Amino acid sequence: MGLGSDMYRQQILDHYKNPRNYGELEDPTFTHIGENPMCGDEIRMDVVLDDDEETIERVAFKGDGCAISQASASMLSGKLAGKTLEELHEMDRDDVIDMLGVDISPMRVKCAVLAEKVAQDGAEIYQGDLDVDKTTTEDD
Amino acid sequence: MSQQNLESLDVGAIREEFPILQREFNGEQLVYLDNAATTQTPDSVVDAMSDYYREFNANVHRGIHHLSQEASVAYEEAHDRVAEFIGASGGREEVIFTKNTTEAENLVAYSWGLNELGPGDEIVLTEMEHHASLVTWQQIGKRTGADVKYIRVTEDGRLDMDHARECITDDTAMLSAVHVSNTLGTVNPVSELVDIAHDHDALAFIDGAQAVPNRPVDVEAIDADFYAFSGHKMSGPTGIGALYGKRDLLEEMQPYLYGGGMIRKVTFEDSTWDDLPWKFEPGTPQIAEAVGLVAAIDWLEEIGMERIQAHEEEIARYAYDRLTAEPDVEVYGPEPGPERGGLVGFNLESVHAHDLASIMNDHAVAIRAGDHCTQPLHDKLGVAASARASFYVYNTKEEVDKLVDAIDDARQLFA
Ligand SMILES: Cc1ncc(COP(=O)(O)O)c(C=O)c1O
Repeated sequence: MGLGSDMYRQQILDHYKNPRNYGELEDPTFTHIGENPMCGDEIRMDVVLDDDEETIERVAFKGDGCAISQASASMLSGKLAGKTLEELHEMDRDDVIDMLGVDISPMRVKCAVLAEKVAQDGAEIYQGDLDVDKTTTEDD
Repeated sequence: MSQQNLESLDVGAIREEFPILQREFNGEQLVYLDNAATTQTPDSVVDAMSDYYREFNANVHRGIHHLSQEASVAYEEAHDRVAEFIGASGGREEVIFTKNTTEAENLVAYSWGLNELGPGDEIVLTEMEHHASLVTWQQIGKRTGADVKYIRVTEDGRLDMDHARECITDDTAMLSAVHVSNTLGTVNPVSELVDIAHDHDALAFIDGAQAVPNRPVDVEAIDADFYAFSGHKMSGPTGIGALYGKRDLLEEMQPYLYGGGMIRKVTFEDSTWDDLPWKFEPGTPQIAEAVGLVAAIDWLEEIGMERIQAHEEEIARYAYDRLTAEPDVEVYGPEPGPERGGLVGFNLESVHAHDLASIMNDHAVAIRAGDHCTQPLHDKLGVAASARASFYVYNTKEEVDKLVDAIDDARQLFA
């Protein structure tokens, strides 16, 4: 059996094994956590905004779970820096899948989009538009 | 089980009856190891169901015309066949067709539980219950005020029988226990559990979803008050399962689904119920599925349940040995033998179970990964998810080898 899974290209494995922006930020503007109960994937994201309270300055994450969920969080954490909250809210699952650069099988989409949903929900809570303790990927 | 018996099981010939097993994905032949979720269906079952639709499809409940007569007889006799298969001497009156095991559990929970339970009563479950019984009785407990207790699972994946004796008391009204665990593979000492329950005048419901497909089951030898299983896990169709119940209990119970086909007399003011089992089967039932279930039972019995059990045990032992030989693979549940069914739950240290299942899928190896509808048990095992390979009569040791190859592949990929 040869190597070479479609979903586990080098980039995904690299981000999984060496996650970028892993950890916690001091004085984050907002923090949010989310989980994927069926898989047990968990992600916590800390976000620091610029003084304009609109542009994302830094993102860090911590988490546990499958390679797809954790690599997605690692990649997203880099991609979000410099974006505005509005741009964050405009992201959808296709953007996440493009970012991952591989075909995600339907059953694994939940894993892929967890980080994005955590960031979006965290921003919405910060903006006062949402009231939840925790994001879960069950209801989409 | 004699060696000779085992050798005479011609897996090659059996596989020919399952065209689906010939499917290929990315040029590799399907290795189907998700049988605890759903088994594949042999041609004879598919044929029986299509014959039904081609030749005698009609509504049951004894219409006057030929087709309805034929369909009614087939549907009614299917209950007798199931009763015979599981050793229910009361025949059709003790077998109610449901959608699946889950619905059977709910039938008893609603019809019996809601009416009979109250504060001060106890429902005893095991920590290895499937959500089908765990969630059902947990919620019935909340609605009635009855307490729910769980019999502990030991380190090696067995029920702690001393704890069972502590949990089951004179306040216990219902014990619901799984016969074979779908996560650990443990074969529980169900007769002993039922005896303990009966010593305290409690009823016992046994979830046989993972037992009936692969071993001889005699509900009267177990002395279960209720026993349930699903057609789709025993080479039969989806959409049908069965609830066995002792006749005197079923007679006392009120139906919880109402409608046509389950009544004797209806006025604007009130209704009376038909005989067993029809009083629990309102509306147009699963006729084709009942025909398919009979064909599945015929097919299994032709092979012989002892031989199926022996084959599964052999494959499971082989898988257990190969997986435990890998230092970074953790295998759950008891050691192979009569106390373990034909499934192996495991985790590869460096790879999340979902990633493992995805990588296996790339090699056309179908396994399950997740919580297998036993979330509390996974919490106890300290893992969010596990991988599970589960076997049936058509699986081979070569397929287990492919499973282990795929694990090697995943390990390398994640190294
Ligand atoms: C032990 C056990 N009980 C109950 C069930 C539920 O079966 P069904 O989904 O057919 O109702 C399953 C199936 O996963 C099972 O393994």
